Amino acid sequence: MAFSSPEVFIKQRIAAVQDYSILAGSAIADIFTAPRYWADIFTQMDSIGVGSMPIIILTGFFTGCVLALQSVTALQEFGAVSKTGSLVALSMVKELGPVLTGLMVSGRNAAGMASEIGSMKVTEQLDAMRALGTDPIRKLVTPRVVATVFMLFFLTIIADAVGIAGGAMVSVFMLGLNGSSYLHTSYQGLVYGDVVQGLTKPIFSGYIIATVGCYFGMKTTGGTQGVGRATTQAVVVSSVFIIIVDFLVTRVMIGIFGS
Amino acid sequence: MTEAIPSTNAAPIELPDNTPVVEFKDVSITFDVKPVLHHISFCVDRGQTLIILGPAGCGKSVLLKLANGLLGPDSGSIRIFGKEITTMRERDLYALRAHIGMVFQESALFDSLDVEDNVAYRLHEEHVPEDESHKRVVEALKFVELEQAIDKFPSELSGGMRRRVSIARAIISGPDLILYDSPTGGLDPITSTTIIELVMKQRDVSHTTSLLVTHRLQDAFALATHRFDTTTGGMKPIPHDPGQPGTGPGIDPGTKFLMLNEGSIVFHGTTEELVHSKDPWIENYLA
Repeated sequence: MAFSSPEVFIKQRIAAVQDYSILAGSAIADIFTAPRYWADIFTQMDSIGVGSMPIIILTGFFTGCVLALQSVTALQEFGAVSKTGSLVALSMVKELGPVLTGLMVSGRNAAGMASEIGSMKVTEQLDAMRALGTDPIRKLVTPRVVATVFMLFFLTIIADAVGIAGGAMVSVFMLGLNGSSYLHTSYQGLVYGDVVQGLTKPIFSGYIIATVGCYFGMKTTGGTQGVGRATTQAVVVSSVFIIIVDFLVTRVMIGIFGS
Repeated sequence: MTEAIPSTNAAPIELPDNTPVVEFKDVSITFDVKPVLHHISFCVDRGQTLIILGPAGCGKSVLLKLANGLLGPDSGSIRIFGKEITTMRERDLYALRAHIGMVFQESALFDSLDVEDNVAYRLHEEHVPEDESHKRVVEALKFVELEQAIDKFPSELSGGMRRRVSIARAIISGPDLILYDSPTGGLDPITSTTIIELVMKQRDVSHTTSLLVTHRLQDAFALATHRFDTTTGGMKPIPHDPGQPGTGPGIDPGTKFLMLNEGSIVFHGTTEELVHSKDPWIENYLA
């Protein structure tokens, strides 16, 4: 790998931020003007949403299970075992549900988008698309952004629900807690601000996953090796962005709702 | 079999007399720090075929991408159908490209679509009814003699077949300009001849203006010295015509040559001028 001077390096990074901003902005702007590719949006919704269901259910369920298992030990010391449901529900809805769903979908779909679009780039299919009068951002990026944002929202709700259910199963069948009490404290523990916070995060995560995945796909160079590199970069960058933006959204939400 | 593909949704572009279809003026482009094309100027008139020759890496494909607005030059002016495309918005370029067909070096077929959907891609984008679209796909595939492959996917086709599908996709909307980027690159001589016959057929049957990049001299000279014979469905040498001034014996008058070397034009002219050139580099290239 050739080393570039600091000046060239900084210029390249600024150009990358500029290119990403243009792509991310165009993807949103294209929603409001024709032509719209509804068939592509529904295909992507199926691929991203329905296709990610198994991993989201498994991840959410076992996260809820382990959360209940871990927290009950600490809560026993304070005689607050009855609060297990509240702790699991709050953790799942506010933090673990949105973040883990985002990370899992990032691993699955940001990689898929980068490799699919990257392969099209290196085989000149993107140029062919432009030559045939189709805007690749409108045709490929916008449907993926819309589908990811929309489906990640519902995937997060599913992850939250199965996580709480997993916590309930562990609490009832392994720890011998009262199921009704668990669900009651779960429900009581959650307030409006917690739900809003938990459901705001997937909107940002979905946008990050789709735009980062598509950006690295569209910037792919260097044949099949380049496609592999783009795929790795897409997963790494989108995962890091999701966690950074999670922190920022949490801070803003605490500012708004106060907890 | 030899009928021209009818022009479709995009009405043919009417150009004032003497307005070239393609006009490059002092065009330069640099990738990173490497100059790829510098100070390129040439014109292509309606109905003409410009064959672009040159060694690998001299900027031939870049020149075609500039002509289609897929790349923007660093300086200079490019006018297509009399319209300046260097300052055109991308949205307007998409509209202009409805009149331009392009055949890519490696075919660039959409690998997740079958042959029918690949060829009909532009028609689907223009919301042409399915029946009409299918009819025209069959016509275009008949033109390239590949109607039996309509249901196949690109991965099931040979290199030559993919190139023919790519030509069908480029001509389906009856474009006013076709850009061929090394249509015979990497093909065996027999398949190359088939592809050149198709290019010739499009030139002589539909009279479409075209730019053709190649590094195969035999393909270039076959185009310059042969004509498509609609009765036999193949190419035949152009007969000697001493009574026609300005044209050499047995040479298509509408076929011109442009030679590039290291990003600069080393020759632009007719077939006769090319073969009689005394430039040592050209003599060496043609030898």
